[in-house]
Amino acid sequence: MIQIFKMAFRDLGRNRRRSFFSALALAMGLALLLLFAAFIHGNMNTAIDLAIRLQSGHLQVRAESYDESKTSLKWEDLVENPQQVAAQIAALAPVKAATPRLFATGVIAVGDETAGVRIYGIDPLSEANAPYRDGLVSGEYLTADDREGIYIGQPLAEKLELRVGDQINLSANTSNGDVDEQPFTIRGIYTTGTYGFDSYTVLLPLAKAQTLTQTENHASTIFVLLNEREQVDEVANALQTGSYKAITWPEMNELTIQYEEMANSYMVFFYLIILAITATVIVNTLVMAVFEQTREIGILAAIGMKGRRIMAMFMAESTLLAVGGILMGLVLGILVVSYFAKTGFFIGDFGISGMLLANTIYPELTLDAAVNLTIIAFIITLLAGIYPAALAARMEPVEALRGGK
Amino acid sequence: MEVVKIENVTRIFKTGKIETQALRGVSLTIESGEFTALVGPSGSGKTTLLQMIGCLDQPTNGKVYINGKDVSRLNRNQRADMRRGTIGFIFQFFALIPTLSAYENVEMPLLLVGNHGTERRERVTQLLESVGLSDRAHHRPDQLSGGEQQRVAIARALATKPTLILADEPTANLDTTNGQQVMETMTRLNQETGVTFVFATHDPRVIKYARRVVTLRDGLIDANSKGEMADPGEH
Repeated sequence: MIQIFKMAFRDLGRNRRRSFFSALALAMGLALLLLFAAFIHGNMNTAIDLAIRLQSGHLQVRAESYDESKTSLKWEDLVENPQQVAAQIAALAPVKAATPRLFATGVIAVGDETAGVRIYGIDPLSEANAPYRDGLVSGEYLTADDREGIYIGQPLAEKLELRVGDQINLSANTSNGDVDEQPFTIRGIYTTGTYGFDSYTVLLPLAKAQTLTQTENHASTIFVLLNEREQVDEVANALQTGSYKAITWPEMNELTIQYEEMANSYMVFFYLIILAITATVIVNTLVMAVFEQTREIGILAAIGMKGRRIMAMFMAESTLLAVGGILMGLVLGILVVSYFAKTGFFIGDFGISGMLLANTIYPELTLDAAVNLTIIAFIITLLAGIYPAALAARMEPVEALRGGK
Repeated sequence: MEVVKIENVTRIFKTGKIETQALRGVSLTIESGEFTALVGPSGSGKTTLLQMIGCLDQPTNGKVYINGKDVSRLNRNQRADMRRGTIGFIFQFFALIPTLSAYENVEMPLLLVGNHGTERRERVTQLLESVGLSDRAHHRPDQLSGGEQQRVAIARALATKPTLILADEPTANLDTTNGQQVMETMTRLNQETGVTFVFATHDPRVIKYARRVVTLRDGLIDANSKGEMADPGEH
């Protein structure tokens, strides 16, 4: 066995450049796979994370009849005394923050320009709203008693050419089905780095939003953040009483979760294509090696080496190529992933409707993905080695000896 | 004792629709310890006959016996088993494995028969010594002269103490001095070890080393000069 690997190693050393490039092909293939896996995982993790921080929270408590898609503002569809309900929820141990939010749809008008927006009535003091506060680009953040200020996203401000201090008219649906219009002053411009959110969400203090939509002392939802994501079911069960329902983040972000599953299953095809290309390079290298060594195969057969052993010799070559290529690939892949994990990979303002995607992706390589891809790459390389090895093993000694002459 | 017995062997090669009769009914017996030359012009069937004896090829018709065992209808693996340990080969081109040193080339057949440890090391050292290459043991073939390479091949052929060594034009690619050295080595080993040598050649300088000359022409034995022996000192 040692002799077989020794011979295989020296055979590969005969044409060092060719062997190196074959291993490199495998290395680049594997590095690419690792990067893609890390990229998808990083992207999806960020998407879920963003959705939780900006939109869904870990949990929301809503009125039983509230229909999110209709953004209903009827009192019976809303949570009454929301501050009080939020305070009760916040008292639960796993809860980090709980805050009321009122959702409405509206239209911003500036001169001739208009834009449809989603209005978030928030409690500016709640820690749950920190992502908006921390995303301040210019102007200032909202205060609870601000009656004229509005806080808008940067892409929307750019689209409507708005600056801090500018006046706009905001029309919004109200609880009785009418539309009310009021003037507002741009108090601050924010960015969360998420085009899909920033370009259509405007924030008002809860009290002002309630006045505008005529929903006094009501909110659409209680937005809840937990200390640990995993505690969600436990807390949801505890809150599932009375006339309110608790909805969990996996339920609210079903689309993103499904998207990740879909992306992963598509990626399998991508992986196979990359590995098939790599395997072709390996097959090519080994077939060339077999043809070059035809006479030697004849000699070995003549001195009594069985086909099985000749096959093992060439399989040993593909094993060595696989090991070399995979080691290089892991180093290369981990370096590239680490680089992008640090700098991020800017994809720009890019959105998939119903999903929040950050403009920068930070790849995350999981141990699972690294181990799985390494094993797959190794197996595929070994499978690729079977054909050339069988070719060598099947050679008739007489012909092999003649072929080399 | 008969080492090789060939009975009415024919060998037909087919290339597309063309059939070539390389051997047309050859019968031959080679006794243990013989030093036999197969001679004849190109295409006379020397190499084919040698391959038949060496279990590298199989006859179209007829029988081949090695050490009394019929080898005419063995499968690939059985033939490989037969070759391993029973038959040693020396080829016209210096058939060494280029990635292995002289030592490792000689060692290879011993590894294949499962010869291990000290015994193997001693055997390889002794063989290289017997062909005068002890000091070249760790050189690769490309660092050896043609003559040296062919002597390594002789040492390798002898490694497993086979009963029969087959050599196909062993001196064809060597100059006179090296050719002479190789033939002298073969003669000496034949006498010292009693191993049977059969070699194909058309070089008159080599033929005179043979103690028996079998002449082939057009796939048939033309002359079989058993008992005739040249004096190696005469050339």
